Amino acid sequence: MFGFSRAQSIAFLAMVALIVICPYVLYPVFLMRILCMALFACAFNLMIGYVGLLSFGHAAFFGMGSYIAAWTMKNWQVDAVVAIALGGLTGAALGLVLGYLAIRRSGIYFAMITLALAQMVYFFCLQAPFTGGEDGIQQVPRGTLFGVFDLSNDMTMYWVVAIIFILGFLMVHRIIHSPFGQVLKGIRENEPRAISLGYRTDDYKLIAFVLSCLIAGVAGGTKALVFGIATLTDVHYATSGEVVLMTLLGGLGTVFGPIMGATVVVSMENYLAQFGAWVTVTQGVIFMICVLAFRRGIIGEIGGYLRLAL
Amino acid sequence: MTISRRTLLSAAAASSALPLVRARAQGAPTIKIGVLNDQSGPYTNTGGVTSVICTKQAVEEFGNKGFNVEVISADHQNKPDLAVSIVRQWFDRDGVDMLLDVPTSSVALAVQGVVKEKNKVYLNVGAASAALTGEQCSPNFIHWCYDTYMLAKSTGGAMVKAGGTSWYFLTADYAFGKQLQSDTTALVNAAGGKVMGSSAYPFPGTTDFSSFLVQAQSSGAKVLGLCNAGGDTVNSIKQANEFGLNKSMKLAAMLMFITDVHALGLDVAQGLNLTESFYWNLNDRTRAFTNRVKPKTPNNWPNMIHAGCYSATLHYLKTCADMGAAEAKKDGVATVNRMKKMPVDDDCFGKTTIREDGRNLVPAYLFQVKTPAESKGPWDYYKTVVETPGNEAFRPLADGHCYFIKA
Repeated sequence: MFGFSRAQSIAFLAMVALIVICPYVLYPVFLMRILCMALFACAFNLMIGYVGLLSFGHAAFFGMGSYIAAWTMKNWQVDAVVAIALGGLTGAALGLVLGYLAIRRSGIYFAMITLALAQMVYFFCLQAPFTGGEDGIQQVPRGTLFGVFDLSNDMTMYWVVAIIFILGFLMVHRIIHSPFGQVLKGIRENEPRAISLGYRTDDYKLIAFVLSCLIAGVAGGTKALVFGIATLTDVHYATSGEVVLMTLLGGLGTVFGPIMGATVVVSMENYLAQFGAWVTVTQGVIFMICVLAFRRGIIGEIGGYLRLAL
Repeated sequence: MTISRRTLLSAAAASSALPLVRARAQGAPTIKIGVLNDQSGPYTNTGGVTSVICTKQAVEEFGNKGFNVEVISADHQNKPDLAVSIVRQWFDRDGVDMLLDVPTSSVALAVQGVVKEKNKVYLNVGAASAALTGEQCSPNFIHWCYDTYMLAKSTGGAMVKAGGTSWYFLTADYAFGKQLQSDTTALVNAAGGKVMGSSAYPFPGTTDFSSFLVQAQSSGAKVLGLCNAGGDTVNSIKQANEFGLNKSMKLAAMLMFITDVHALGLDVAQGLNLTESFYWNLNDRTRAFTNRVKPKTPNNWPNMIHAGCYSATLHYLKTCADMGAAEAKKDGVATVNRMKKMPVDDDCFGKTTIREDGRNLVPAYLFQVKTPAESKGPWDYYKTVVETPGNEAFRPLADGHCYFIKA
């Protein structure tokens, strides 16, 4: 029903199985961090992998989503779902405005425009009173889900994050394999031809951009609830860079690539933290090896080897 | 004997219980200290590995008083979410009892909630924000060796008394810079000085301060207050030097450490005024401490953050010995309350007391950086201008609006 091929169904079931098993083996908060970043990377992949537009400002939508979710949670004591939904809607609304300006260009110009607009959002967050400047919004309660489930328990929170992630993932997958997604791929391959066939490509690109921002906002909102904070790190351009890295590392334009990339990057940050100054050096070396050895990204290479589209 | 499924199962159960039995047999409890700071970014020298070394030094000097002590550390890369994830893991999985250092205000505030939720002990040394003992205070928390208010009080208030009566501010245009400027302005005015003007520059990203420095020069003020931090402070000092501003005005860096002076060099930094609560060459006790720790960190001598890590660890371990390590592991609030009651005494800060809101009242020293001619040896950088006693240097208890302090 979601347009999965046989190989993709198997990979999807394996991923779900891993999501179910992992919290009993690994630390759930660490896994939630991976899932949030993976969802963010999936949203980004929708733009770069299927529309062919490199957005260098995705942190703006992710960060605003996280700020709004944290703020509403802390000040209005809304339900967790409402906070996350508001985060997503903020991402989408911001995406509509910034996307409207940005999609008129493509390639490097699109990347630069999104970066510039995202930097404006960053400075807004640095100065606006509600974001708490460089201290961020702190000590955000996790609250409850539908007024029933207490999310302060790590495992309950984990299942909520896992469900949000799987829904987000399926949504991206559905978009890609819908007729709408086919048009997007057509635009990616040959835009003038798509125009000559009568498609209003700007509209398609804008809708794809807004959808991508919506999911990025949801990912940001979820992350704010998991950690109880929303800070400038989330809107900083380094986060935009990181999501590019995750997607490239996992495999551009593959469905499972961004998830693999997010897992690798977040795990490295987490497990290398104890080695102090060697973190950045080790990360650099690992990236160099990946870029040299896996040109198509980890999942892209595996898929190529097995002759499957993963 | 035949191996049945039952024997296999019981063998498996027994072997999985083995590690537990062994751990109990050892008897003595283990106190685990987690040092979380920046080890690869802009605050590597002000905290970083030297903080870990000074923590271990305290553990070593404390010796064995019936419990084991273990120190682990991690690099938070100045990312609050990463820090929260590490700290949660430390408490839930690794059995850490005390969290130490944690520079960068956003990170320091982010972990405050986690420590309270898990009822552990949090001794912050590296972060500047005075909100940690104010609106964002916690009964599990002690702030050890400095904060923004104390820097403003010492550098702002004491400099007026030392003759720097008129001020001009160069301010990074974000909350930290503005807060520092307004605090300092209030204290300069209170001490009878006046502020002639200020320039706010966009943060981050400003590297050319020339136009602001020219404005400062033409204002006729006697002191240029630098309300910024890290690389911005270093850049603005270098450029003020190139413009000859340090000849006509006194430069006052609101947040700077001896490790930064070392990086700048005396040629550029000479004449600069700054505040720290520790200097290695202050008295016999600070020299004794520095001589003990120096061989382990020959290229990065201790500043007040490093000394603070040593002092905080030592006091914490003394408290653990006093109340029993098993008790200390159980209840973070009780441990912190006990720490507040016990007098603090060590080589770095001498005798100090910890206030109810978690503020350790160390004395603040206004230092002036020596000229190359005055400096006689390696790291001989400071001369003392004024000492502000601990009970005057920090924000009065009632002004902090900490929720558990009854006004």
